[in-house]
Amino acid sequence: MSEPDAEIVQFDNVGLRYGTGKEALTDISFTLYPGRFYFLTGASGAGKTSLLKLLYLAQRPSRGLIRMFGTDAITLPRERLPGFRRRLGVVFQDFRLVQHLSAFDNVALPLRVAGVAEREITKPVDEMLDWVGLADRRHARPATLSGGEQQRVAIARAVIARPDMLVADEPTGNVDPEMALKLLRLFESLGRLGTTVVVATHDVHLIRKVPDSLIMRLDKGRLSDPTGALRYPPRRAVPLGEPVISAAPRNADGGPPLGFAPA
Amino acid sequence: MNAAALFGGSQRGEPGLLPDPRLGSPMPWVIAIVIALTVIAAASGLGLRNAATRANADLNGGVTVQIVTAAPVARNRQADAALAVLSRFPGVTEARRVQQDQLDSLLEPWLGTRPGDTIDDLPIPALIDLRLATPATPDRVSALRNAITGVAPTARVDAQAAWLTPVFRAITTLQWLAGGLIALLAMATVAAVVLAARNALVSHRETIAIVHMLGGTDAQIARVFQRTAAMEAAAGGILGLFAGVLAIVVLSRQFSALGSGMAAGAVLRWTDWLVIATIPIGGVALAVLTARLTVLSALRRML
Repeated sequence: MSEPDAEIVQFDNVGLRYGTGKEALTDISFTLYPGRFYFLTGASGAGKTSLLKLLYLAQRPSRGLIRMFGTDAITLPRERLPGFRRRLGVVFQDFRLVQHLSAFDNVALPLRVAGVAEREITKPVDEMLDWVGLADRRHARPATLSGGEQQRVAIARAVIARPDMLVADEPTGNVDPEMALKLLRLFESLGRLGTTVVVATHDVHLIRKVPDSLIMRLDKGRLSDPTGALRYPPRRAVPLGEPVISAAPRNADGGPPLGFAPA
Repeated sequence: MNAAALFGGSQRGEPGLLPDPRLGSPMPWVIAIVIALTVIAAASGLGLRNAATRANADLNGGVTVQIVTAAPVARNRQADAALAVLSRFPGVTEARRVQQDQLDSLLEPWLGTRPGDTIDDLPIPALIDLRLATPATPDRVSALRNAITGVAPTARVDAQAAWLTPVFRAITTLQWLAGGLIALLAMATVAAVVLAARNALVSHRETIAIVHMLGGTDAQIARVFQRTAAMEAAAGGILGLFAGVLAIVVLSRQFSALGSGMAAGAVLRWTDWLVIATIPIGGVALAVLTARLTVLSALRRML
């Protein structure tokens, strides 16, 4: 197997404490590599969302080191945070859509924030909405969308700018199995383009659908298996960091849209 | 980057990052009141300055010589002699004796001129009005006094400007007061915008957090608030300017009706009107700057 690519994220002995309570995350150490698919599992309250918050830079750790895209993320000046965040796609568990914007405008938001010209926005956003089955709801506000529809808008928004890393918290919790599978195909396609995908989920069936994924299991704030040995199903133990590339053709015809491609 | 497209309400109608973050519906009214008061204060200050300048120009080289003696013959003789000396005195551009009918009209409001009045029997001083080429400094006044002492021993020589010194002092104080009022009103504007911007930030906190998470910069978010502040301040500014100008017009008519020479000098020049017209622009700039600094300061406390 070839040498792994340069790591995209590295956690070293990271701890997170809210206020003066006990640590929500303790001694977390792992490395994420480009283009790979990671599942983050664990019981409710195990610290999955806290770990994701550290990954999408919504929280600073109480201790330890975090390197992201080759830079120390702990001491990253605040002015540089937006540039880092534009390299991330985030699917929040509660969607966090902007309520006054339509589905189209919510999906277009990362592109507008990044300063993409308006004429270059419409096509990829429409394609993405079509892919997630919301072409006819492009003008709908979040309040008029069902939970599943809102989740699909949130996913479309997270992937539209083709991020270097996608972080998703229970991204298929509100969609039917067929749509869940479709969304997983989208994530995998992004992975083939080099996006690192981290999906937090309880859904064992979902994990089964991505056999080449690596699993990180959190248990009471500790990463119990950073090596990926507990990947489900446990066909073979793959050390974390070893590349796992799907044999599926890259961006095959009929595949999902892959977000914004600069002209 | 097309900022207009990002921040909404653009000429093409693209949606914005945030819903129109109204700084607060009373905001334009508060700005209107502040601008109206600022316009009135500024117009007062400028008008007083003009009145003082004009009065000063009129009186600066003016000197009055009074021949104070009860004997009419001696008074006339001394007045004529003094006039003759002063007419030839270096630096005197004009010397004229104030005629009796002019004196009568000056005294009429106090002494009357109806038949039976005894005004002709009163020992009213003879007056000589002098215009100097240069300001009537104490040295110049003293030189004039010395020049006529021999021919008019009862003469009293005074610089006209000296009589109005207390008035000029009062005008200067009023001008400072107007400036102070304008500063206070500017502070009131800042306070109102700070409070409104903070409230708007609280109401849009969740959306701002999302925009941050998507890589939005503080400057991008601040521009949304700046645009709203500009629009609300502009609306209030125009309204306030209109109300202020209306008040100035009404006040100036009433002052004109006083018929006082000093009040007539308090006329606003076109440059003054230009200054007044820039007040709403200053108000908008102040509101925008305040909104920007308030929002940026609050955003810095967010991750």
